[in-house]
Amino acid sequence: MSNERPEVKPKSFQERMEINVWALVIMLAIVLSIGGIVEIVPLFVMDKTMEHNQAPEILWQRKEGQTLANWRPGDGIRPYTALELAGREIYIKEGCYTCHSQMIRPFRDEKERYGHYSLASESMYDHPFQWGSKRTGPDLARVGGKYSDEWHRRHLRAPRSVVPESIMPNYPWLKDNLLTMDIERRMRAMQTLGVPYIDADIVGAQAQIENKTEEDALVAYMQVLGTMAHLDESKVYRE
Amino acid sequence: MDATAAAAEQQKISYERNCEQKYNYDVVRWFAVMAVVYLVVGALVGVWIASQLAWPVFNFDSPYLSFGRLRPVHTNAVIFAFGGSVLMAAAFYSVQRTCGVRLWSDKLAWFTFWGWNLIIVLAVITLPLGMTQGKEYAELEWPIDILIAVVWLSYFFNFMMTLANRKTSHIYVSNWFFLGMMVMITYLHVVNSLAIPVSLFKSYSIFSGVQDAMIQWWWGHNAVGFYLTAGFLGIMYYFVPKQACRPIYSYRLSVIHFWALMFGYVWLGAHHLQYTALPDWTGSLGAAISLAMIIPSWGGAVNGMMTLSGAWDKLRDDYILRFLIMSLAFYAMATFEGPVMSLKTVNALSHYTDWTVGHVHSGALGWVAMVGMGAIYHMIEKTFHIRMASQALMNAHFWAATIGAVIYIVAMWVSGIMQGLMWRAYDEYGTLAYTFAESVEAMHPFYVMRVVGGAIFLFGAVLMLINVALTVRKAMREGTLQQARTAVACA
Repeated sequence: MSNERPEVKPKSFQERMEINVWALVIMLAIVLSIGGIVEIVPLFVMDKTMEHNQAPEILWQRKEGQTLANWRPGDGIRPYTALELAGREIYIKEGCYTCHSQMIRPFRDEKERYGHYSLASESMYDHPFQWGSKRTGPDLARVGGKYSDEWHRRHLRAPRSVVPESIMPNYPWLKDNLLTMDIERRMRAMQTLGVPYIDADIVGAQAQIENKTEEDALVAYMQVLGTMAHLDESKVYRE
Repeated sequence: MDATAAAAEQQKISYERNCEQKYNYDVVRWFAVMAVVYLVVGALVGVWIASQLAWPVFNFDSPYLSFGRLRPVHTNAVIFAFGGSVLMAAAFYSVQRTCGVRLWSDKLAWFTFWGWNLIIVLAVITLPLGMTQGKEYAELEWPIDILIAVVWLSYFFNFMMTLANRKTSHIYVSNWFFLGMMVMITYLHVVNSLAIPVSLFKSYSIFSGVQDAMIQWWWGHNAVGFYLTAGFLGIMYYFVPKQACRPIYSYRLSVIHFWALMFGYVWLGAHHLQYTALPDWTGSLGAAISLAMIIPSWGGAVNGMMTLSGAWDKLRDDYILRFLIMSLAFYAMATFEGPVMSLKTVNALSHYTDWTVGHVHSGALGWVAMVGMGAIYHMIEKTFHIRMASQALMNAHFWAATIGAVIYIVAMWVSGIMQGLMWRAYDEYGTLAYTFAESVEAMHPFYVMRVVGGAIFLFGAVLMLINVALTVRKAMREGTLQQARTAVACA
């Protein structure tokens, strides 16, 4: 078929692209890769990207023989417990990220409304990240500890019973559904991805979520959000 | 009609019949018709979830119908089901006509059709069940992601091989844009979906935190920049000149538009992460290139609109052309608004608000849907060898789509800017003036207005579905398709 095509001698680079589909595809493959490489690759290699490289105290410095149970609020950023991880999975499953962000920006009003601006290190164990892109509801990056467990339960079951202006859906089924997921397998997967779980964190984790509901897990997850690291108000973590 | 005009008309009909026999129009017809069905479905779910935000009772306390699970159904339906079907119909149609050869493989084209539709069915089942990767516009779980990669490559390969087989000396500009989209979407989909499975329908992204955020928005903005922009510009570069019966205004402008868009758009994702924990240099780089993109974008819009120079009167009675030209007006507006929103000071206000949602919809309803609908009407007429059954319905659809889109966009502008201002407002004592809940309450009238705008747009889409169904039935009754298939070819 192709021999019916008129022969053309290209007079310019552009014309060469227009008469040779292989050249065009290769050229596109090169041109299209540049922006992504320049913006993405440095984030994996530049130390300054993650604040804990300059401020190691924001990470939990686990001592020999300590498990997640030894961690206390403010000790530093750590992997999620079995119940919190299960809660995070419910958060993703219900699409909470479609209306709630988890990323506080360094503005005066956001500081007063939500707290200290978010650090990159705070979501370093989040596969996938849940920064969100829309605040139909408020930011949740530091919601942990702001309300009681009981408030969260009432709010999840019927948001308008505690916040009359709310437009959040009711989530009555969360209290009825028992967690059924294989949480140890999930923690192993996280471990493979580089989340620093030790074997003692994982062995027996399944028992920690036994007879717990989706609501229990989601509340546990929300209560830990933003409470892991104790951030120093006077310190500049990010330029 | 005098004798020469009648002869010209006859020649045109016999040319189109010849095309019917020479090219694979079957797969084009199926994709085009399915695109209309998915347009109605996607818009319907959109109006529904918009109603949930205005009146939460529409969540019906059901897990399968709650906003968080239905929102991805809406985005996937409009982007991948409607947008994908239009792109596949238009690319398969125009590549054959601009290359003068049949698709490289009919079998592969059908594989693309059935594969793509299977993906859509799987999405409609899995998303309401809560099976999601939790990444915006990339929610589908890993087995479906693998299927998407395979089907996408089948589309890409068939298209590329058809270009390689072409009889024309040069590759026409619309095909450059389609090809650029195909390469980029392959990159984006594969990298962004890298995950390790923990069960059949659950996986974890291999990236985390800030790196995951950058990769996600590299994907997210380029799903817009390539799938919904480059691909639809391919549509624009073929269908606007064809419908106007005029060559594209400027070849030189197309070359600039093409390479600048290909090189530049890739960088824009970072502007979604201004002031977040993403390093400042990345966000600023994204914003700087976003600003520069006004030039090629407007060059492209001008190129499309000026194609009509000397033939503006056609807009008076050619409704298909109206869709195409109106889409370019929205394209020009959205590609101006986007760079403005990527400026740090503007972004500080607009980010996280409904303004973003409004911006997306001025692109999606005004540009993508409008140009897509114009192209579908054109392809239905050409491939069923008949005029649309009702010109009046087509005109009504045009006005419903335009008015609906404008109401939607205005509602989101007002609510978005108001939200942004309320969140940062201080009272005389230097404390925050409004609680978050007060800002939610203030949005209500605009959320209702959005439902109204969306419903008008949906009404237009339903008119289109009816019109297409009537046209297909008429073509069957009058046997126009059958005649085109069996007429003696006279090349």
